[in-house]
Amino acid sequence: MDAVTLSRVQFGLTAAFHYIYPPMSIGLGVLMVIFELTWLRTGKALYHQLARFWTRIFGLIFAMGVATGIVMEFEFGTNWATYSRFVGDVFGSPLAAEAIFAFFLESSFLGLLIFGWDRVSRGVHFLATCMVCLGAHLSAVWILVANSWMHTPAGFHIVGEGPKARAEITDFWAMVFNPSTVDRVLHTICGAWQTGAFLVISVGAWYLLRSKHTDFARASLRTALPIALGASLLQLVTGHVSAQGVAKNQPVKLAAFEGLYDTTSNAPLKLFGWVDEENEISIGPAIPGLLSFLAHNDASKPVLGLREVAPAQKDRPPVNVTFQFFHLMVAVGFGLIALSALGLYSFWRGSLERKKWVLWLLVLAAIGPHVANQAGWFAAEVGRQPWIVQGLLRTSDAVSQTLKPGAVLGSIILFSLVYLVMFALFLYVLFDKIRHGPDEADLIVTGRLAHK
Amino acid sequence: MSFDFLDLNTTWFVLIAFLFTGYAILDGFDLGIGILHLFVKGDRERRLMLNAIGPVWDGNEVWLIAAGGALFAAFPSVYATVFSGFYTALVLLLASLILRAISIEFRSKREHPGWRQFWDTGFWLGSVLSSVLLGVALGNVAVGVPLDPRGEFAGNFWTLIRPYPILVGITTVALFAMHGATYALLKTEGELYETIRRWTFWALSYFAVCYVVLTISTVFAAPHMIERFKSHPWLFLIPAINAASIVTFWRKVRRGEARHAFAASCVCIAALLSVFAIGVYPNLVRSYPDPSQSLTILNASSSPNTLAIMLTIAIIGMPIVLAYTLLIHYLFRGKVKLEKSGY
Repeated sequence: MDAVTLSRVQFGLTAAFHYIYPPMSIGLGVLMVIFELTWLRTGKALYHQLARFWTRIFGLIFAMGVATGIVMEFEFGTNWATYSRFVGDVFGSPLAAEAIFAFFLESSFLGLLIFGWDRVSRGVHFLATCMVCLGAHLSAVWILVANSWMHTPAGFHIVGEGPKARAEITDFWAMVFNPSTVDRVLHTICGAWQTGAFLVISVGAWYLLRSKHTDFARASLRTALPIALGASLLQLVTGHVSAQGVAKNQPVKLAAFEGLYDTTSNAPLKLFGWVDEENEISIGPAIPGLLSFLAHNDASKPVLGLREVAPAQKDRPPVNVTFQFFHLMVAVGFGLIALSALGLYSFWRGSLERKKWVLWLLVLAAIGPHVANQAGWFAAEVGRQPWIVQGLLRTSDAVSQTLKPGAVLGSIILFSLVYLVMFALFLYVLFDKIRHGPDEADLIVTGRLAHK
Repeated sequence: MSFDFLDLNTTWFVLIAFLFTGYAILDGFDLGIGILHLFVKGDRERRLMLNAIGPVWDGNEVWLIAAGGALFAAFPSVYATVFSGFYTALVLLLASLILRAISIEFRSKREHPGWRQFWDTGFWLGSVLSSVLLGVALGNVAVGVPLDPRGEFAGNFWTLIRPYPILVGITTVALFAMHGATYALLKTEGELYETIRRWTFWALSYFAVCYVVLTISTVFAAPHMIERFKSHPWLFLIPAINAASIVTFWRKVRRGEARHAFAASCVCIAALLSVFAIGVYPNLVRSYPDPSQSLTILNASSSPNTLAIMLTIAIIGMPIVLAYTLLIHYLFRGKVKLEKSGY
């Protein structure tokens, strides 16, 4: 295997593993704020217990996110040095902004969040919780600014020629608010809210199944179910808007999402299917006109096919892979809407605790957003191929020049082993904390927090 | 904002030096506590040490991310050359930092002594290796590495482990051990305090020896580092402050004045890194043996536009960061206690 392929594999692995954690941090951050605020406003100790429990879990998740996240920052330089030289002038500043405005904020206040319960007043601790939540969101914003620029570059010009060519910034705000930033920030953060909400729901449903910590469980569900439904429905909107952006700015990617080879009006959207890339045929049951509607809000408008926007094979992404990930994401997205609606309805009607099968589905639903998040990212990043910066730099040209394939293979094996161990430990400790349940002692508020 | 009056390239050289120095002063004591960890006997004592850095180590580590990000943005060629050129060393550094992080996180989650001993060793190993590798990287940048005409690293892994960089690596371990011990003095009391106080003298001696050997070696292995001092003799004030801080440190520890000792240790780190920065300037990665291929603050930088934008970000962001960093360290001042929300 060559250094390019190995570096692609490594980036995919490290990014995918990292991306298990930030969505949980972001989503859980919102829920922690809500639980703590509810406690502050109602004085109900149950919400203090909820806040404490989820803070402990948050700490574990955050640590995993940081450990795997440092790898990402280094990896641009280690494996993609040519890319770094080409885009450093443009790409480096959102990354630096991410560190200065987001990482410092969340990591510093995390100390207060986890260790500061008995040290500071209620107000100061709540401020810390809010800052951690804000920091987590800001870090998503900045990294998405950078990643969006790779999809829809703006606010730059090219300086120099050949191997010395590089992108230089001409307009910072045009770079930040490039055509896809807003869509992708909203879509990703909404997905993160779903991830956090379904995690809390899953634990609550589990406790109800076990008839343990029932008050805690009901309060969890009361808070998280509406958020899950709201975020899942909102995700439909952000997804729709994003697709329209992709239709306009990345027609090749959109065509690959659907395996559309010929420009088609009234273009259908497949529910699922298969793309035969060699013969350029896509098959699968489809809803007529839906793709055109998704892309243009008008079923009659044409959607551009691969043969028109990317006639040369070398300018196309792996179509079937992109297709499958896109459809997986959409399918899970609809599933989550249905499930959160069902859960919320049952809860509202008071029948949830009797319906074991719904509870079981809610327990398993924690995986749903993770599948959708990963599928969405793979659809987006694979769909952008062969470009690392759309239209400007090919991924195959972006790898570090001094890399030896043996070294990359070595690092892949090392990271795989380390991550495997980390993941096993993470699940072990997480399930242990869940099994142990909320601390009864947290129902009694002591120390500085006892005084308003 | 317009920064026409400023030499942006030098400004960013200074800012990145500031970020790496901040990292060394802050995460330096986290790593130092890790280096000392296996010498600490007793579960309760080990938990005290972990909780001493518990609330702050994560924020401290961000300084490295910030320094790396700033390097990427301001001097992308350097970021690209160093990170890809020192590939294996950097991957090992990542693994060490990960090991340190997960050891802290997982260590006290189970009661079983075997589990705890395993993660204590992980904490120690991750901290020692990280310190060594950071020092080795710094040493390589100081003495110079082979660069080809494109500015890419032209050596291999063995280039990185020449004697001088290894010496810098060993010195880094000594420095962080000393710094970590001083921080531990601030946070502990009683018997543990007395034990650590004894170690502080050992760490100081170890560092002092390394420091002398390193200084002498620099004159022979990296004579270009002295050039700027010779042409601007007033700069010798900084190594003088460095030496003075070591002496002050020793005296303060002897008199049990932990806060002053910690301050002296911080000054020592700042002075040492300043000497390094001055010696290296205006190169960022010196090319060896032919210095004309060096990556400098001029030929390896981003456009003035980007440097100006980055400076605006830094001017807005860093004072806020410093403010809440100081606030949070202040809120956690005093001796560490084992609480239920800790490690």
